[in-house]
Amino acid sequence: MITGAPPIVTGRMAYADAHTLERYLATGGYEGLRRAIALGPDAVREQVDKASLLGRGGAGFPAGRKWSMLRKADVSYLVVNGDESEPATFKDHLLVERDPHQVVEGAIIAAFALGVSQAFIFCRGEFALGLERLQQACNDAYAYGALGTGILGSSFSLDLVVHPGAGAYICGEETALLESLEGKRGFPRIKPPYFPAAIGLYGAPTVVNNIETVSNLPWIVVNGGEAFAALGAGSSTGTRLFALSGRVERPGWYELEMSKTTFRDLVYDPSLGGGIRDGGELKAFIPGGVSAPWFGPDQIDLGLDQDAVARAGSMLGSGSVVVMDDTTCAVRAAWRITRFFARESCGQCTPCREGSGWIEKMMRRIEEGNGREADLDLLMDACDNIAPGVSWPPQQTTICVLGPSIPSSVASGIRMFRDEFLLHVKEGGCPMRAAR
Amino acid sequence: MAHLSDENLERARRLVAVYPEPRSALIPLCHLAQAQDGWLTPEAMEDVAALVGVTPAEVHGTATFYDMLHTEPVGRHVVAVCTNVACMLAGAYELLEHAQERLGVHAGQTTDDGEFTLEEAECLAGCDTAPCVQVNHRFFGPLDAASFDQLVEDLRTGVLAGQVPRHGVLCRVERTVGLLAHEADDSGVGAGEGSAP
Ligand SMILES: Cc1cc2nc3c(=O)[nH]c(=O)nc-3n(C[C@H](O)[C@H](O)[C@H](O)COP(=O)(O)O)c2cc1C
Ligand code: SF4
Ligand code: FES
Repeated sequence: MITGAPPIVTGRMAYADAHTLERYLATGGYEGLRRAIALGPDAVREQVDKASLLGRGGAGFPAGRKWSMLRKADVSYLVVNGDESEPATFKDHLLVERDPHQVVEGAIIAAFALGVSQAFIFCRGEFALGLERLQQACNDAYAYGALGTGILGSSFSLDLVVHPGAGAYICGEETALLESLEGKRGFPRIKPPYFPAAIGLYGAPTVVNNIETVSNLPWIVVNGGEAFAALGAGSSTGTRLFALSGRVERPGWYELEMSKTTFRDLVYDPSLGGGIRDGGELKAFIPGGVSAPWFGPDQIDLGLDQDAVARAGSMLGSGSVVVMDDTTCAVRAAWRITRFFARESCGQCTPCREGSGWIEKMMRRIEEGNGREADLDLLMDACDNIAPGVSWPPQQTTICVLGPSIPSSVASGIRMFRDEFLLHVKEGGCPMRAAR
Repeated sequence: MAHLSDENLERARRLVAVYPEPRSALIPLCHLAQAQDGWLTPEAMEDVAALVGVTPAEVHGTATFYDMLHTEPVGRHVVAVCTNVACMLAGAYELLEHAQERLGVHAGQTTDDGEFTLEEAECLAGCDTAPCVQVNHRFFGPLDAASFDQLVEDLRTGVLAGQVPRHGVLCRVERTVGLLAHEADDSGVGAGEGSAP
């Protein structure tokens, strides 16, 4: 890592057989669980609190705080969220395919700390190999004694079920995920009252944590929460797995120390993104998945820091950075992202369902050269209907935040590249078509 | 008479048993039915309904919410070309156009010989290998016109059969144990003992 921080979740990626139990055990696997059992649940929770581990699923909520909110009940559940469908996000894909035991061990440690005896890993259905490897890891963990009754000789018992999704972005939203896990369509539930920690799976208190979040747990338990918190700065502690894509020389995953590394490092460092593809120029970048508002080149020196990115008007979200260069048409990029939301809206809320379709059609019209100047204001109005004020973080008028995320790319495009939108209108089509 | 084979019925019952409530097995059972038939037939949906205790209409209504569950027949190979933003920036629309020409069908259609169904996909989480393609949910990329043609050729000749099973076959690793924790647990934590409130 360019800051000298140790890899926390990608330490085994150099091994082609990192997914096997043999390799996992030979590289410190299940040491975290052993240590956790020796420490006891309270001490494990204390270490996670000390680590200030932020959730890696998108919202960035502290894991320790989430755990402390779990309503006390006879039956409660842990559900690990591996639905990963936010466009340009591919870190959980890596973790389930290449280091599935780390996910399983992380889930066991979380379940132990929470005192639950049934846990689920909800894995995106399209990850066929990932599902196979997770299931194998789960089977092996039972055989090894890390799952089932009397885990590693203790009195702790846990069942873990690997559950396949079936293709629906919205199921990544935690309450939709629980609906889906109950065998229903993935319609998000209204919060309140349906906060999972209070009323979750089958109505029981439930903790939902992201795959990457739990993958950090073995290291935290072995090395201590303080060692984790010593990395990064402010509330952005530890390292994070970033997914870099778009117009860079070296798209890929990079585990980086939070806060101390910048977007410039990620995009330009020869050992990381390696700069803009074909020597082009940076035009804009999306800092945290397509739900996030865009940044221009003037923000490239920002740290990979949750608070810093929030202060600058966007979010670090799912840790996926999309780079656009001077060959990228901003209208087309914003249209394609809107099309995604229009396709994936679950349809429960009118502003989201109607707004996404409407914006998509208008954006397409402009991109195809049939737009009018007045469309730009109409688009901003439509955005305002979905998320009043079109600011970030957005005002929410819908059941979940898919809706309020729709304006991010359209509004960014119009605000940052108004001239380019107008050029589409004036020239009756995309001025960059030749460049593509 | 069940439509699912005896072996698959047995598998299905084992799957139902690992969930606190049977309905949770609905989607896994739909995947199982797809693995048997390549798509989700009305007969299989009746079996799934009976196994999890809902009506066939509820299974259908649920299944149609999900992109991976096909309630119409599809080809032996479902070729999904991602055109979302990261892949688009790497030429995904050009690749999709080429794929349409090469296979002679539009996105959403199946070739006459039933070999290929072409789909335009949303992000597949393979953006580091953009433009990214999945065949029966196995990853390929980055692909250009030439490597796409090679892929199609290899799928036709069966060279990739080990890596890319027939459509519908998703997870070839089965769970080897049932639920254990709630049986032996006397610590009073006991989740998984039937319905929660
Ligand atoms: C539309 C939508 C999609 C989401 N998709 C995912 C996802 O694929 N994976 C994920 O972990 N969280 C996703 N989230 C966030 C989850 O609702 C939830 O915050 C997260 O799983 C909690 O885990 P964490 O606290 O460990 O981050 C999504 C949220 C929304 C609104
Ligand atoms: S905001 Fe959109 S996706 Fe979310 S519940 Fe409402 S309609 Fe569904
Ligand atoms: S955008 Fe194509 S795989 Fe992510």
